[in-house]
Amino acid sequence: MCVMRRVSDEQLIELIEAAIFVSETPLSKKRLRETVLKEVAASGVRVDEAIRSISEHYQTRGVQLVEVGSGYRFQACKRLTPWLSHLWQEKAPKYSRATLETLALIAYRQPITRGEIEQVRGVSVSSNIMKSLQEREWIKVVGFKEVPGKPALYATTNQFLDYFSLSGLNMLPELPEQHEVKIDQMLSDPSVRESSE
Amino acid sequence: MNDVAEKAPPFAFLHGQAVIEKPEDLYIPPDALEIILETFEGPLDLLLYLIKRHKLDILELPILSITQQYVAYVELMTELRLELAGEYLVMAALLAQIKSRMLLPVHEELEEEEDPRAELVRRLQEYEQYKLAAENLDQLPRLERDILVARALVDESEVPVAETPEIALKELMLAFADVMARAKTFEHHQITTESLSTRERMSQILHYLSENDGQCPFTKLFKVEEGRSGVVVTFIAMLELIKEQLINCLQVTPSSQIYLSLQLQE
Repeated sequence: MCVMRRVSDEQLIELIEAAIFVSETPLSKKRLRETVLKEVAASGVRVDEAIRSISEHYQTRGVQLVEVGSGYRFQACKRLTPWLSHLWQEKAPKYSRATLETLALIAYRQPITRGEIEQVRGVSVSSNIMKSLQEREWIKVVGFKEVPGKPALYATTNQFLDYFSLSGLNMLPELPEQHEVKIDQMLSDPSVRESSE
Repeated sequence: MNDVAEKAPPFAFLHGQAVIEKPEDLYIPPDALEIILETFEGPLDLLLYLIKRHKLDILELPILSITQQYVAYVELMTELRLELAGEYLVMAALLAQIKSRMLLPVHEELEEEEDPRAELVRRLQEYEQYKLAAENLDQLPRLERDILVARALVDESEVPVAETPEIALKELMLAFADVMARAKTFEHHQITTESLSTRERMSQILHYLSENDGQCPFTKLFKVEEGRSGVVVTFIAMLELIKEQLINCLQVTPSSQIYLSLQLQE
């Protein structure tokens, strides 16, 4: 057993704040504990409290602490983006409707096969779309469906959540509602039936 | 309002009254149509567009007019030589099938019979659902476009840098050569033992026999401590001696002890 170093609350806050700032990827509490806080005596409650305190501190500043899929990161306040974006030459990439629809289906209906995506969209999904989504590490194969042909089942990744600044899938905008009841009404109501023209 | 409508083609008035009267005619300038057609994400998308364009409720899908329009679009697509995916034709066939089923008289007693439009309406709704979900996804703040990650650098002078030296191909080759050399030594070692022994073992056997009154039991000559290869070598040495007629091999009765003896000099 190594000797756990005692730190004050202020020291803990400093350490966590700096760790999140210098980490190349979002930093989860688990990784924080396994790396930076490995030799520091700090209970989970104290870490939570420190993170809360950092988050509060940045409420009025140009950067903010946010929690995304794979952990905590600092990001510039969204309202500043139009000004800040002048720092870069190239424009942010735009994604085609086909890509977004495919991604939406995987995000909301995961795990899902390519065939199931095609069924909903009514067109075949191009291999390029699946490949580029996998290359961006937004989706990955999580298994194979127990049906003939054993098609791959796709799901979204933490990197997907990070990119869209979501802390979890439950933070996705709610799926627009289908009017199941209305369909049934239509089917039972003969007056809606079209007259034979 | 009227004089403006006379001067300009009606399709230009998206928010004017002129357009509202027009939809039934399916009037779209060909140039615009080409652009529109290329942006469709498939037959369901085209159908949704047609329904929306006519301000119709999906649930009250007027199959006849929609089918006519749909087919007109598909024909235009062919005419414009746009790559026409088979999916569009499948949908046209489905629409025609639904229409024909609806023309059949409805049997009041067969209450179970489903409205032929039901399946299509379900699919359209499901597609619309995810089409909207995709639009919502596009609206989400995202990296590169809306979110800029804030990062700080670590003061390099303070950090004990764990040097990971670049490994040149040359070094890799040298390391490999080293391993090869060691493997070679090992190989040599094995070869020496083997080549050394057969001849040596032959003389050892002859020597042993002459020291023991010219004969001894077969098993006596093996030293199990030498392991498998030692045993093999001894056996080969024996065969070699028998072949050269330097020793004899004797067995009195089947499965009894085998004896080796020196060939008697004549």
